[in-house]
Amino acid sequence: MANKTREPLVHISRRSTLPWYQSWGIRACALILSLGVCALVTMFTTGENPLSVFGAIYDASFSSQRRTWVLLQNIAMLLSVSLAVVPAFKMRFWNLGGEGQMLAGALATTACMICLRDAFPNGALIPVMIVCSIAAGALWGFVPAFFKAKWGTNETLFTLMMNYIAIQLVSFFIIVWEMPKGAGQIGIINQSTEIGWLPPVAGQKYLLNIIVVAVLTVFMFIYMKYSKHGYEISVVGESVRTARYVGIKVEKVIIRTMVLSGALCGLTGLLLVSGTDHTLTTTITGGRGFTAVMVAWLAKFNPIWMILTSFLLVFLDKGAGDISTKFGLNKSFSDILTGIILFFIIGSEFFINYRISFRHSAKKEETEHV
Amino acid sequence: MFDFLTFIPRAIMQGIPLLYGSTGETLTEKSGNLNLGIPGIMYVGAISGVIGAFFYESSVSPETFNGLLAVLITLLATLLGSLLMGLLYCFLTVTLRANQNVTGLAMTTFGVGFGNFFGGSLIKLSGNSMPYLALTNTSLAFQTKLPSADTTGWFGQLFLSYGFLAYLAVILSLIAAYVLKRTRIGLHLRAVGENPATADAAGISVNRYKYAATCIGSMIAGLGGLYYVMDYAGGIWSNNAFGDRGWLAIALVIFTIWRPNLGIISSFLFGGLYILHMYIPTGTNLAIKELYKMAPYVVTIIVLIISSIRNKRENQPPASLGLSYFREER
Repeated sequence: MANKTREPLVHISRRSTLPWYQSWGIRACALILSLGVCALVTMFTTGENPLSVFGAIYDASFSSQRRTWVLLQNIAMLLSVSLAVVPAFKMRFWNLGGEGQMLAGALATTACMICLRDAFPNGALIPVMIVCSIAAGALWGFVPAFFKAKWGTNETLFTLMMNYIAIQLVSFFIIVWEMPKGAGQIGIINQSTEIGWLPPVAGQKYLLNIIVVAVLTVFMFIYMKYSKHGYEISVVGESVRTARYVGIKVEKVIIRTMVLSGALCGLTGLLLVSGTDHTLTTTITGGRGFTAVMVAWLAKFNPIWMILTSFLLVFLDKGAGDISTKFGLNKSFSDILTGIILFFIIGSEFFINYRISFRHSAKKEETEHV
Repeated sequence: MFDFLTFIPRAIMQGIPLLYGSTGETLTEKSGNLNLGIPGIMYVGAISGVIGAFFYESSVSPETFNGLLAVLITLLATLLGSLLMGLLYCFLTVTLRANQNVTGLAMTTFGVGFGNFFGGSLIKLSGNSMPYLALTNTSLAFQTKLPSADTTGWFGQLFLSYGFLAYLAVILSLIAAYVLKRTRIGLHLRAVGENPATADAAGISVNRYKYAATCIGSMIAGLGGLYYVMDYAGGIWSNNAFGDRGWLAIALVIFTIWRPNLGIISSFLFGGLYILHMYIPTGTNLAIKELYKMAPYVVTIIVLIISSIRNKRENQPPASLGLSYFREER
């Protein structure tokens, strides 16, 4: 060739879809790499050898039966929020308001437990609580969806701001209901009567929560994959124009999906207050609304894979938390480790979606041809 | 009587970190990157500066302490820390084309954790029994007011009573506004954010602009975290003290409809709303204070709604905001 054009060192092109075992293989590699980096970081900060660090992570979840139950409970709660936000994400509606929707549900539950404890017997109160929490969460999801559908208002920031409004509402009511006066907290609600507490199943405090979430997982899988609604959601997510063209009422789908998303978040709020903590604090959600974004996204919005990703995040979080107490480190250590792992997995998506070919190989071909 | 003379300077000081954050995020968003990692970056910026200041303060004796050197070291540490975060974000979203929302949220988790972890470790290192770290000397250097602040009465109190970082914030946002609106670089940057394919066809290096804008934006945002610790909080780092200001800074970008010069006045307004609850007399009813704290968020939502209903073309977000660009995919 006479006129030599400069060829870039790497050439990137889009891959056609990889078979599932290859794409999950790449993700697994990323995970292993990230664990390696985490081990290095832990080694530097604690001076402990990485194997015993991993041992400690494992022990944090599986060394006793109680710990395993706590692990399962935490997975269930995270999974529940993730299931709630997944239809919205699939629709490319960035619902970052899981926190607020959960808090709204939690607040409604608490209101029922405190204000209606003398009005209803326990058997009637719990259904009332369920209805109220779902309605509150749905309302919190409806507001941003309405404005998005009607005027295209940016949902990312709207839902984010709704979180803070919910937080302030909760802190307002915490002061209104504080027990004892001036304590700045509600304390355990109905401790002696246990009115409005979700009952233990088979002697296990958390089993009911876990069963509810398991049912939700199956429901969401079927809803997304086999129902007409689920199909409409994915069409709107892929292309709003196509959806309009085939006669899907986009506005209706947006509002309906967000109401569902908010409602499930609200139900999670109920599980947290009535099924777990029996109190209300502004931090009861524990940032799960944000972690749910990662859980859903890492699992490519597939409810079944989400069991795995939420297990992974909870397991690591517990492990890192344990390491930090064991070595006298700060609690935030787990956030750093979670961050590192997420960066690797986020980065690995590139290698699933794109093929990289180097200049080197191209040159070789050329010489072979000559 | 509502005490404006103490309220306004407090509101402005409260607004400065938000101004840094929103100026940085505006630059970033103009390049088409919606960086939700800003809250984390501000934490990292703050803690990097604190680390720099801590090691400088503990390595020299109080007699040989040089205020200027302390300021320089702290600033450099902050800029470096936030630059690294910006590079990480760019590498993931621009080079590897990862989803921007997810990357941003992961950066926030990481950054806040990073800040609190090293903050906690430094507190332990300093042997302080209280859960905070005080860097009084460095902070005094940062808080140095303009010379005639105390002698010019109300004028001095309103306009001259701030540390140099506060003025820098205003200057930076004016520069950012000028560059975006009036220079060729700004025009190219806006083109990249609106339609990268067209910009690419016109010979603008899309990735270079995205990298530069996001990294500079991160460094500016990091300064906001530093201002909060060193000036507003008087050099005292305690974990989670910075709170949700990073998210408010992102909200401010929308509030100012992507104009850094409007950011100056709006950030002061937000600062005022943020501390309003301390200045409204509520008597013994403490609960109502919690409702006043909603003000900045409610105002943001109202602005969001109004700007979307009015739907004026010049008030819209950059058209390709939040999308990764791949040349071979059009």
